[in-house]
Amino acid sequence: MKTTGKISIFVLLLITLLSVFAPAVSRYGPDRIDLDSLKIPPDFEHPLGTDNKGRDILSRVLYGGRISISIAVTAALISMGIGLFIGLVSGYFGGRTDTVIMAFVDLILSFPSLLLAIGISILLPPGIYTVMIAIVAVGWASFARIIRGYVLTLREATYIEAARTLGCSNRRILFKHLMPQCIPLLLVMTGMKIGGYIITEASLSFLGLGAQPPTATWGSMINANRAYITSAPWTVFAPGFMIALTSLCFNILGDNLRDKYGIKVRG
Amino acid sequence: MVGERAQPEVIEKIRKELGTDRNIISQYYGYIKLLLQGEFGRSYYTNRKVFDDLLLKFPNTLKLAVCAMLIAIPLGLSFGFLSAYKKDTWMDGLISAISVTGLSVPVFWSGLLIMLFLSLQLKLFPPSGTGDIRFLILPSITLSLPAIAAISRVTRTSLMEIFDMPFVTTAKAKGLPESKINGIHVFKNALIPIITVIGLDFGSYLNGAVLTETIFGWDGIGRFTMQGIIMRDYPVIMGCVIVGTMIFVAINLIVDIMYHYLDPRIRLN
Repeated sequence: MKTTGKISIFVLLLITLLSVFAPAVSRYGPDRIDLDSLKIPPDFEHPLGTDNKGRDILSRVLYGGRISISIAVTAALISMGIGLFIGLVSGYFGGRTDTVIMAFVDLILSFPSLLLAIGISILLPPGIYTVMIAIVAVGWASFARIIRGYVLTLREATYIEAARTLGCSNRRILFKHLMPQCIPLLLVMTGMKIGGYIITEASLSFLGLGAQPPTATWGSMINANRAYITSAPWTVFAPGFMIALTSLCFNILGDNLRDKYGIKVRG
Repeated sequence: MVGERAQPEVIEKIRKELGTDRNIISQYYGYIKLLLQGEFGRSYYTNRKVFDDLLLKFPNTLKLAVCAMLIAIPLGLSFGFLSAYKKDTWMDGLISAISVTGLSVPVFWSGLLIMLFLSLQLKLFPPSGTGDIRFLILPSITLSLPAIAAISRVTRTSLMEIFDMPFVTTAKAKGLPESKINGIHVFKNALIPIITVIGLDFGSYLNGAVLTETIFGWDGIGRFTMQGIIMRDYPVIMGCVIVGTMIFVAINLIVDIMYHYLDPRIRLN
């Protein structure tokens, strides 16, 4: 792995650790309102300043990171799982199963993804799980499509034919023979997708469809503070920087994994 | 709509007016019937026809999408070209770094920063609103950033794939000038993935760049969608999503048809 990849892993670990140990890192509670220190610029007391209710930005960014990162990572893992299963089944069995499943996948992929995610989120009460469901509902389709394409090429390989001749059950061929082959591809795809999911999560929270106030997420902080962008620009700068940095690290990691395994991922 | 402490009779009356007192199947049936007549119903709040509002706002969205693409396509292509031809030099490294960053920065944040510096501090452009070209510049720049990144990345990959093709070696062996090889043989064959990305981006901008339009107060379909979401104005949201998807599918269809002209091996059926 190249240096850039190593640096991104390091930065991601750092962000995750800081978020996990947020209570130990920040001196203030994320939702603690302090009317004596409204919109204080970054200083020694508040390294990233405070917002219009006197809440510590550093603390909110760290606590927000817990939600934002865990939603993106969980959503990526679930999408991957669903996509893997459906892709395997669709590619291996082919025929009518394949036609029906792929028609459905194409239907999902024919929607603009953010618009579809918004459409799904408004059907449910706003909250963390809603965002996760919206991301998964849109995300699994691209995993399924790529895995299915890959399985189609593997299906004709001689070792699968051999396994079938030896009397392996379909289940055994699917999970013992085909699935392990898909792992590098899955790893690369997940790496490349998480960065996008961080942004989708932030966008949905920014639109007010995610975790509700006072709970901090990066997207909702930008939405709440954008009215004060002239008087307190740091309140918008910090959460946005975290979104960009986290997403950037995941994207670089994804690119590195892709180059390492020499896999071409389209879509 | 009527507040938290409304009289039950008032609520009942409004439910009757909006038709939300009927059971869900008959509501759905009613909506499908409207759709087949080319209608999307009326907004719960303004009581205006959703279709009329969409028609009114579409030109603004179109302007924004076209402007963003006018910035993104030349920049994205030239970045991609530079980086592919100067592969593994500092130039390639720099462009790759810029484009991966472009993909990672959320537009609602870059938009706010652009607004803060160019409009609120330097006072070059009006911060928000709908109007002439001055209002159009900031949202177009914001919207073009991720597209520049995406186009430049796909151009680079696609060109490099073609470089290794045997027909390029043949062209070189025939002694064709470098410019002719790059301009005709390589570029034309590399175009399909590039057109795909451009089409996808353009399609999603046309159904309203929800975030960018909201931030810059640009009165297009995206902001309309957003207002619908905030007010839970379901006819508006449904209308926007349906029209948005239709536009998106139409653009994808046009792109698919273009494939045939770029590469006649791809048949139209």
